[in-house]
Amino acid sequence: MADIAIRDALRQALEEEMNRDERVFIMGEEVGEYNGAYKVTRGLLDTFGPGRVLDTPIAELGFTGLGVGAAIAGLRPVVEWMTFNFALLALDQVINNAAKMRHMSGGQLSCPIVCRGPNGPAEYLSSQHSQALQSLLVHVPGLKVVAPATPYDAKGLLKSAIRDDNPVVMLESEMAYAWTGDVPEEEYLVPIGKADVKREGKDVTLIVHSKPLRLALEAAEQLAAMDVDAEVVDLRSLRPLDEETIYRSVRKTNRAVVIDEAWPMASVGSHVAWLISHNCFDELDAQVELVCSEDVPMPYNHTLELAVQPSVEKIVRAVRKVCYIT
Amino acid sequence: MAGTKAKQYNKKFLLDLLTEMLKIRRFEEKAAQMYGLKKIGGFCHLYNGQEAVAVGSVAAVDLKRDHILTSYRDHGHALAVGMDPNVVMAELFGKLTGCSRGKGGSMHLFDVERNFLGGNGIVGAQIPIATGVAFASKYRGTGGVALCFFGDGAIHQGAFHESLNLAAVWGLPVIYLVENNHFGMGTAVKRVSSVEDFSVKAAGYDIPGRAVNGMDVLSVYEELSEAVEQARTDSRPCLLDVKTYRYKGHSMSDPAKYRTKQELEKYKEQDPILLLKARMLEDGHLTEQEFKQLDNEMKHVAQAAVEFAEQSAEPPLESIYEDVYT
Ligand SMILES: Cc1ncc(C[n+]2csc(CCOP(=O)(O)OP(=O)(O)O)c2C)c(N)n1
Ligand SMILES: [Mg+2]
Repeated sequence: MADIAIRDALRQALEEEMNRDERVFIMGEEVGEYNGAYKVTRGLLDTFGPGRVLDTPIAELGFTGLGVGAAIAGLRPVVEWMTFNFALLALDQVINNAAKMRHMSGGQLSCPIVCRGPNGPAEYLSSQHSQALQSLLVHVPGLKVVAPATPYDAKGLLKSAIRDDNPVVMLESEMAYAWTGDVPEEEYLVPIGKADVKREGKDVTLIVHSKPLRLALEAAEQLAAMDVDAEVVDLRSLRPLDEETIYRSVRKTNRAVVIDEAWPMASVGSHVAWLISHNCFDELDAQVELVCSEDVPMPYNHTLELAVQPSVEKIVRAVRKVCYIT
Repeated sequence: MAGTKAKQYNKKFLLDLLTEMLKIRRFEEKAAQMYGLKKIGGFCHLYNGQEAVAVGSVAAVDLKRDHILTSYRDHGHALAVGMDPNVVMAELFGKLTGCSRGKGGSMHLFDVERNFLGGNGIVGAQIPIATGVAFASKYRGTGGVALCFFGDGAIHQGAFHESLNLAAVWGLPVIYLVENNHFGMGTAVKRVSSVEDFSVKAAGYDIPGRAVNGMDVLSVYEELSEAVEQARTDSRPCLLDVKTYRYKGHSMSDPAKYRTKQELEKYKEQDPILLLKARMLEDGHLTEQEFKQLDNEMKHVAQAAVEFAEQSAEPPLESIYEDVYT
């Protein structure tokens, strides 16, 4: 085991897959000579050369579309989006083409492209640069969407994503690239579509994905001091969604709090909360609570931007509510 | 890129240009210092070196009817259109007294009264928007021209090409001004562009295109005066490739290792402030002592802006729900 940062775990995955399969290449803004805006691709240009590590112009729609073309023509592109805010320009190619190629061609084509980069709020960046946009992507059949929050999951899921014959979008977090954790020396994969219980507990289930995982784990510690034993389910994959792991946990604890840093309407969080209400109705001892971002664009002011996002305090408050602790 | 003679201008006009450029330079130095002290956070893109572009251009438009749009590198434009440095600094501090009430920060300065329609954080986004502003001016018959600033990196976005074509076929009075500082983040123009002289792209849309020396405020002023006049009378777009240089990194977190010290020094020899100062000294429009005094005044303006920002109130928590809908 090695204790490494998420950015290094991602780089290891890229390097291993590029060594394993020469159809794999990476492109994006600043991925080569600058070693990546967030240093995920550090050293890859030196190792693999400019034929496989390509710095693109600032043209998200164009180079993502190029990736789609390369994918249906037999390559395995990894497209780095500098952030998901800028990937909005590329969504036409992702939603109308990557996600639909197999279907429109009656199964003749596959589009094994991976699009990855940081998603979700960072700090002091205001409305255009601090958005959790996963709801837009998970909405789309034909796409797979993964959202790791530990180095182990990041590496294992990226390797699976590159090997997958479907288009996979991977949500990372600017604020989490430096988070460290254990990663095995030997090769491993994390399967797409499998949630992971990050903490076992019996009183309440916290369901979370991406960077708020840390908030959930911290809330669980605080709750333990209040004699509430929380289980933390990390979804890891948003599409396909591991419903069984969610239900198994909720059927054990009979209470659920869903945490999602996106806006509340038509989100992963609201969908999961509905699934639980629908499928675990008889086992629930309280209504399902959702802790999400306030339904407003992100303000620049730091106090305000923290106030609009999920927090440990908000999670604890929601748990007290479902546990009827006054 | 013809040189100009300072002689034909009166002293007050030249002094105003010099004052504006010095104001921006000293403001940016303060902003950098305050960033170091963590009074300002996030991305903070400084304008040092590019002062002649905003100042020379703004001097050539009529802000009663013309409009200005730019990117996230917007402090210089904001000050050049006459925004109060206090209000701009307060926005960088995220305070309630800032132009966007602490919601926008460094990248999103706006002053609707001065027809300054903002700093945009998405590379190239302001190009079609400026085109629409020009459309509105034509539609309403105001005689207004839209002046759209964007970087050399933005020119590869589809939005640029779509806009130029629209403006050409619909005869819209918009000036597309590339602030060509030779780098988009760490990427040199020649690494991602098929041509280095962007003015040739104008031919593809059958509109005028010219290269401009952006280190010389009078060249910028003269070229822009002509372009504005033409756009106003003929209701046609044009494209100006204004060559300039940014002295600092892309944003505060960029050490700018992708360029040589010699290159930076070469541009500093043509520093826009020193260039104008030298001409004015030569023409007897300025003495060393007057320059020192003016410079000190501008240092005080920047210092006073910091004090104003420091003393200003934080936005109240409930303001997160404001400015979302009418
Ligand atoms: C659509 C989009 N893609 C990427 C980015 C990230 N980004 C911000 S500035 C920048 C470089 C832009 O360079 P240029 O247009 O030359 O402007 P400059 O910063 O030099 O003023 C990049 C890639 C962004 N803000 N928006
Ligand atoms: Mg540039």
